[in-house]
Amino acid sequence: MARKITYQQAINEALDQEMSRDPSVIVMGEDVAGGAGAPGDDDAWGGVLGVTKGLYAKHPGRVLDTPISESGYVGAAVGAACNGLRPVAELMFIDFMGVCFDQIFNQAAKFRYMFGGKAKTPVVIRAMYGAGFRAAAQHSQCLYNIFTHIPGLKVVIPSNPYDAKGLLIQSIRDNDPVIFLEHKALYTMEGDVPEESYVVPFGEAAVVQEGDDVTIVAMGRMVNYAKDAAASLRKRGIQCEIIDPRTTSPLDTDTILESVERTGRLVVVDESHPRCSMASDISGFIAQEAFGALKAPIQMVTAPHVPVPFAASLEELYIPSPARIEEAVMKVKEYR
Amino acid sequence: MSSPLTREGLLQAYRTMRTIRDFEERVHVDFATGEIPGFVHLYAGEEASATGICMHLNRDDYIASTHRGHGHCIAKGVDPVGMMAEIWGKRTGTCKGKGGSMHIADLEVGMLGANGIVGGGGPLICGTALASKLRGTNNVGICFFGDGASNQGTIFEAMNLATVWKLPVIFVAENNGYAEATSSNFSVAVENIADRAGAFGMPGVIVDGFDFFAVHEAAGEAIRRAREGHGPTLLEVKLSRYYGHFEGDQQTYRAPGEVQKLRDTKDCLMQFAKRVTSRGELSMADIEAIDREVKTMIDDSVVQAKAAPLPLPEDLMTDVYVSY
Repeated sequence: MARKITYQQAINEALDQEMSRDPSVIVMGEDVAGGAGAPGDDDAWGGVLGVTKGLYAKHPGRVLDTPISESGYVGAAVGAACNGLRPVAELMFIDFMGVCFDQIFNQAAKFRYMFGGKAKTPVVIRAMYGAGFRAAAQHSQCLYNIFTHIPGLKVVIPSNPYDAKGLLIQSIRDNDPVIFLEHKALYTMEGDVPEESYVVPFGEAAVVQEGDDVTIVAMGRMVNYAKDAAASLRKRGIQCEIIDPRTTSPLDTDTILESVERTGRLVVVDESHPRCSMASDISGFIAQEAFGALKAPIQMVTAPHVPVPFAASLEELYIPSPARIEEAVMKVKEYR
Repeated sequence: MSSPLTREGLLQAYRTMRTIRDFEERVHVDFATGEIPGFVHLYAGEEASATGICMHLNRDDYIASTHRGHGHCIAKGVDPVGMMAEIWGKRTGTCKGKGGSMHIADLEVGMLGANGIVGGGGPLICGTALASKLRGTNNVGICFFGDGASNQGTIFEAMNLATVWKLPVIFVAENNGYAEATSSNFSVAVENIADRAGAFGMPGVIVDGFDFFAVHEAAGEAIRRAREGHGPTLLEVKLSRYYGHFEGDQQTYRAPGEVQKLRDTKDCLMQFAKRVTSRGELSMADIEAIDREVKTMIDDSVVQAKAAPLPLPEDLMTDVYVSY
């Protein structure tokens, strides 16, 4: 039975259902219970934004508060995954990868190859990402492109509650290390989500809406902005096809390629910085594989090459907007 | 006090130490010919540490190792024949020639990997120990690290986490006096690495790494504590490496004659043989039989490694993911 729940509830439900199904699933991170050793409630917080609220009581001994030691506990999650558990470590803000990246990209990502295919590391690292909360430069970044660059990691960016639940369940069941990124502006987004357990497979893009004029590839929160732009463009007689890759590693290049070969026009929308981004990656791929089909130069709509600013007036300029997406679509549509 | 070693235990200890020594001496010789690719960091001189500690372990106990990992691998039960092929970059190697000397691992025997990142293993071993603890087994995790890694944040984080979660981990600081070319007298801010244990709420123990029996006894106590649920211990093993940081290191930072003096007066194999024969626990014939047997095995491992095929072009793209 589907009913409307939020993106945040969908994530909580996925964790709860997988912890119930499989006793090897554990959750660890800073304040994921939120209250360990304190005189009040042992699970006062349930995550800094309450995403893991309630799991502590339902799954005794398997929701572990950690010291603020990201290398320590992210590495411990990786080690535990090598010894039979399926840990879900919460990194709180993806920006904190800076203090534990070694355990992710030199350890977890490398084990299988470096050890000749004899290791498996079924660890999930959850973190929130994205701008829009006036959280400034160290709590607002979109760093999925950095993880996507690393062979051995899988990278998941759900754009809605349905995908959040199905992709997280797939992440937990997956036998490779998965970086699962949650846009903080999406936590309150509501959508139809089945109560029962289900998976959304990796490497299968969603065609969010069909259209023959322009292909828009957008990910995370930007999918919703692309939908806003497409609704406005429809009134002007332009039909946009919106593709949400859902996972950037593996990336469903077939669906993107098929669409661009039909429309001949591509706009890529990416909330991260433009250089070495998903936007440049997908643009480069299409330039190589579908050059003959293109009727206009590819347009990238990204944040600028600056840190995320604090002041509202600047942050609003920083984040790609539906208006900028619309402008980019018009540019490729009107190109002669 | 751990129980005294049986005759079988003594034979096993000597065979392990001799295997490590011969393995490393042979790699040293073969590396000089230019046939072995990459970076190699030899464990010769430190054999009593890996052996004295790993003799207490079962297959389901994990160890995390370092750049200087060959000795830990052999002591934990990784097949030296596969290791030799791995170091030669061959398809028959422990890691199919994809890891090399710095990344030999065999999870089947609880060897979580030599590690190319200094201090990388501390958090990882906390994880294997957490899994053991949550599953209710009495398995332990051993984090081998050097005096260089003793100054890494990952080791501090791991020691704090191990106490906070009361994990069955033994942090083994193998202090050989040099982090690459920099002396631990310079780089470690306290007199002994073990002095830091108190800051993380665990016992700190210092042991002579040239003395197998001292290591074996101290490790036995720390491992017993961990198995019984009393949490982590920091064990500092003071020892020395006989070769450079890596093969090719001219070691001009060391005092002239430093290594020769250690070989002549403190060598762990020499001390071991002297003690067990003088006490009549093993005979010289026992010792010499192991020496011959190990030499044959190491020679044969090199013959096999040289003859083994290189990885094939199609191997480049495999083993990245379980599925993708």
